Amino acid sequence: MERNTMSYKARQFLMFAGPALILFCMVIIIPFVYGLYLTFTSWDGVSASKPFVGIANYVSAFKDYYFWSAIGRTLIYSAFAVIFVNIVAFVLAYLVTSGVKGQNFFRAGFFIPNLIGGIVLGYVWKFVFNRAFVALGEAITAGTVPSLLSTTGGAMFCLILVSVWQYAGYMMLIYVAGFMSVPDSLKEAAMIDGCTPSQAMRNVTIPLMRSSFVTCLFLSITRCFMVYDVNLSLTKGEPFNSSVMAAMHVYNKAFVYKDYGTGQAEALILFIVCAIIGITQVYVGKKGEVSA
Amino acid sequence: MTANEKAARKKKINHAITIIVLIILFLLFIAPFILVVINVFKVKADINTNPLALIGAHGFTWQNFPEAMKKMDFWNVFKNSAIITTCATILTILVSAMASFVIVRNGKWKACSILFALMIASMVIPFQVLMVPLVSVYGGIFKILNSRLTLILMHTGFSVSMATFMFHGAINTNIPLELEEAALIDGCTRWQTFWKIVFPLLKPTIATVAIIDAMAFWNDYLLPSLVLGEKNLYTIPIATQAFYGTYSTDIGLVMAALLLAMLPILILYLFLQKYIVAGVTSGAVKG
Repeated sequence: MERNTMSYKARQFLMFAGPALILFCMVIIIPFVYGLYLTFTSWDGVSASKPFVGIANYVSAFKDYYFWSAIGRTLIYSAFAVIFVNIVAFVLAYLVTSGVKGQNFFRAGFFIPNLIGGIVLGYVWKFVFNRAFVALGEAITAGTVPSLLSTTGGAMFCLILVSVWQYAGYMMLIYVAGFMSVPDSLKEAAMIDGCTPSQAMRNVTIPLMRSSFVTCLFLSITRCFMVYDVNLSLTKGEPFNSSVMAAMHVYNKAFVYKDYGTGQAEALILFIVCAIIGITQVYVGKKGEVSA
Repeated sequence: MTANEKAARKKKINHAITIIVLIILFLLFIAPFILVVINVFKVKADINTNPLALIGAHGFTWQNFPEAMKKMDFWNVFKNSAIITTCATILTILVSAMASFVIVRNGKWKACSILFALMIASMVIPFQVLMVPLVSVYGGIFKILNSRLTLILMHTGFSVSMATFMFHGAINTNIPLELEEAALIDGCTRWQTFWKIVFPLLKPTIATVAIIDAMAFWNDYLLPSLVLGEKNLYTIPIATQAFYGTYSTDIGLVMAALLLAMLPILILYLFLQKYIVAGVTSGAVKG
């Protein structure tokens, strides 16, 4: 039959998947492979020659103090942001599924920050921190108050606050879906058996929402770990480079300091971290599923 | 008071407390936007003296808007964003739905399983790994940067994996094979079967993918900033970034520019919020 010939299969495959295959290869596969090659050269971004330097870029990436401190800073920032994003999102989801009037309005409202890009959000908050908070502080203390963004610890705090505000509404929607997937009859059965509402929440609802927690945790971890837009517009790494996150460091290394080889090697190290996070997610997601 | 009445009263009080807490949280959430809105109608001096006052000493002014619009070249920037977002979203949907169809229905073909596995694996690659080679291949070797078409194709390439994954799930669970067989027997080719039978049935997933990708394309900054270097090609996020760099001291203008950058999507949200919320939820839960 014609259907089993190689040429039929190839025609079918290319007809349907051809465009996707071409774009996917052009944008992801080729740059990825070419990027691997670039890490073994000392290219300056302009000249045609790309001298081969072996593993020198990886050595300098491992020796790059600023890179590792940026990673450390990103880990601290991510830890705080992820914890608070999920706490706030869970509480919001609980409140907007409790059956009060206008809960759809509130759901839509808390989601608003996600509609707007990180660049714009960062500048909005820059205004809030630099002007509104300062004016508020000066009104209260009747003296001059420095902006939080101009202090080293403060800039990190601001970044965490903005990230929590930005992502809480999004994660809330996922938790809302989780809450709604738990049938009311199960909670009622637990209450009839003598559970208090908080016990029912802890022992019935939360275990059944496991997949929501896994989704939210990993979504917020990957988003926070690769933060760039808000970092750029809100703090730009200031003051004294105390808020440069990993993604921004890699960008600066390559495009500002024109050290493409090292920048690309550092980006690959970030990729490995992301891959580990991704594999853990698959592993954790499959393990320990609870069903009703 | 009977026990029943007591319980009913307690429930009512709980409700009232929940609503009050929600209103306070909601006001806190939108406070930054409110601050922008009240300051956009003030002159620069009034914002500097008191950014918290509802109306400045010099009164109400519209002046920030036309000036910011002119300096930001707002309509042109808006047009660029709209063209790029629309084309890239449509292209992503068409290309990924087609690919997922052949992948689901012919999972045993080597080419299909390899492509799908590669796509899934590629989802963990952060953009930072690809940005330097992307610029050096397409800027240095092919010299096709600074074009809307290049950006549209790149946006599509980056989102094709996720979209294919979502269509894959939808075809797998929602489209009965019998339907396609019936169409084949009635004389449809595979191509016709896909466009006449399968694609229309994918509507809910198409909506989800459209919403997620359109929002991502509209708000993306890093990729467009690397591809589009010419001022007349800027999208809204790049224009905002450039505007702030030039006029950051003219805070009234900055407020107007920020509000202008947010308005299109907020207006859209007013009308489509039901679909956007549903689309984002199903996208996140399935993805």
